[in-house]
Amino acid sequence: MIKEKKWQLRLYVAGQTSKSVMALKNLKQYCETHLKGQYSIEVIDLLLKPQLAEGDQIFAIPTLVRKVPEPMRRIIGDLSNEEKVLVGLNIVPIDKQN
Amino acid sequence: MAGKSKTDQTTKTKFLQKVPTGISGFDEITFGGLPAGRPSLICGEAGSGKTLFAMEFLVHGAREFNEPGVFVAFEEKASELATNVISLGIDVNELVAQNKLRVDYVHIDKSEIEETGEYDLEGLFIRLNHAIDSIGARRVVLDTIENLFAGLDNKAILRAELRRLFQWLKEKNVTALITGEKGEGSLTREGMEEYVSDCVIVLDHRVANQISTRRLRIVKYRGSVHGTNEYPFLIDSDGVSVLPITSLKLQGTVSTERIGTGIPTLDAMLDKKGIYRGSSMLVTGTAGTGKTSIVASFANETCNRNERCLYFAFEESADQIIRNMLSIGIDLQKHIKKGLLKFHAARPTMYGLEMHLVQIAKQIKEFKPKTVVIDPITNLITVGTVNEVQSTLNRLLDFLQLSGVTAVFTGLTPSLGNSDKGDEAMSSMVDTWMHVKDIEMNGERNRGLYIMKSRGIKHSNQVREFIITDNGLVLQDVYLGPDGVLTGSAREAHKIQLEMEKQIQEQQLIKDEKELELKARDLDLKIQALKAELESAKDKLTANHQEDNLRKQMIDTQKHYLLQYRTGTTVKIRPKPKK
Repeated sequence: MIKEKKWQLRLYVAGQTSKSVMALKNLKQYCETHLKGQYSIEVIDLLLKPQLAEGDQIFAIPTLVRKVPEPMRRIIGDLSNEEKVLVGLNIVPIDKQN
Repeated sequence: MAGKSKTDQTTKTKFLQKVPTGISGFDEITFGGLPAGRPSLICGEAGSGKTLFAMEFLVHGAREFNEPGVFVAFEEKASELATNVISLGIDVNELVAQNKLRVDYVHIDKSEIEETGEYDLEGLFIRLNHAIDSIGARRVVLDTIENLFAGLDNKAILRAELRRLFQWLKEKNVTALITGEKGEGSLTREGMEEYVSDCVIVLDHRVANQISTRRLRIVKYRGSVHGTNEYPFLIDSDGVSVLPITSLKLQGTVSTERIGTGIPTLDAMLDKKGIYRGSSMLVTGTAGTGKTSIVASFANETCNRNERCLYFAFEESADQIIRNMLSIGIDLQKHIKKGLLKFHAARPTMYGLEMHLVQIAKQIKEFKPKTVVIDPITNLITVGTVNEVQSTLNRLLDFLQLSGVTAVFTGLTPSLGNSDKGDEAMSSMVDTWMHVKDIEMNGERNRGLYIMKSRGIKHSNQVREFIITDNGLVLQDVYLGPDGVLTGSAREAHKIQLEMEKQIQEQQLIKDEKELELKARDLDLKIQALKAELESAKDKLTANHQEDNLRKQMIDTQKHYLLQYRTGTTVKIRPKPKK
């Protein structure tokens, strides 16, 4: 296995809103399906760490940021559309890999 | 009574609190500034000065009113913003270092963002909240929040979120200024005016006759009185300054003090005292009638009284005027050296009429003169339309009168027509109107000066000939001839004629006297001659007498002798002695 996770994802949320919960659930599901073992998810609650919002240019909640691999990508919303999320993160779906 | 004062108290507390922007002139037209604790909208085209206005609002707040501010930039990076305003003397970085200002750049790039499903702008709220709390900000600028619409697709969410944002800002009790780009058919592209309904300011940048003028208008100010006009504003090295040169009321203190015009003979026409301090005087006339000389005399006189005078020259350069006035014995240079006189020469086409007035007002505020000369005001008129001119000149006069500044204008009139738009616009507004007219007679042109009006001053109704001499200006007494007032060589000829007549008369008198004298002497001589004749006649008469006496004596003696002889007595013949 690769030591460094290939995909470093950050999910910015503001408290446990339904949208945030939904986004995290969706994200976990996609990652498990397509990036199993290659990813890490960091959830940042801006209500607790508001100073972090500026650094990653967060204005919408929830926002998913792909820090690695470069370039940085951002996806906003509850991530309910799988296809869009995968396109946004530039992930080739697992079923097409085979 | 007690009840009444109580209601006063309650109405007082209900009054809208305002936050001064510190932007020169703006706080005057809004009677205090922006509504405190509420969001206001400032919109206009690209390049109309929105961002600068907003930045100044924050900077003044931070510097002068101890109200730190947050600038949320959706357009420019913080460093770009800092660079843009440093030329206006605003050091953003310094204020940031002092924790008085915070610039937060919100980067929105559509290509980097993917939207899936529901979201909200809580992130923005959190950032803003964090920024506000970190420096205790009282003021917030969102420049330009509509950029969100360009970066995000879900308009419905955005609209709802913006509505929530403004509500949140109100609850946060910060005074917010939101900028918005002008849209088609609406004040802003996304109809921001619907959300921010307390105070809406529109900035405009219009070009008329290839001259651009910036204007500001307050479209709406809920719960407050405000000037509704369009006010010109200026962006220069001192930042934004709005000029409320329309006074809303016709009031202001007036002076009863009279000041001389620098031409004693002209003062004499004005009840021997000159014009009122703080009033306005217009000198009109065709080209080359000496208008500038009159106003330069006035300026000179002002400086001689140790008062400041600001001279706006729109036709000649300062040096030109100084040189020309020296030729008629008016030394303006010495007043400049003393700092009493200041020239401001500009080409009228340099900027629009309004901008000129803005400039004038600004200079007046800086220099604080007692007298302002605008020479000629008609040149300004060439850059505007009649209506514009009328209203703007009105504003200028209002402004001057309120500042208690004595204003002197010259106005050029075309040689044929009696009045032009300049006259119409000006003449009813000024207090004293003088007109210098060319009087063409006997193949020469001379200047005649009339006082058309002078409010509150008993003034001469006579035409005076106006002469420019090496020692200043002189108004000659009226010479009435068969064709009215005589001027120039006709007047001189008339003078000579009178002189000649006088001399002839004198000569005649001398001649008559001499003749009489001669006649008297003649008579005297005659008298002498007659006297002599009389004398000789008398002498003769006496001689004859004596002869007769002698003869008589002789005869008597002879008779006596003969008698003696006959009687024989001897008698000595001796004549009787004469008396």
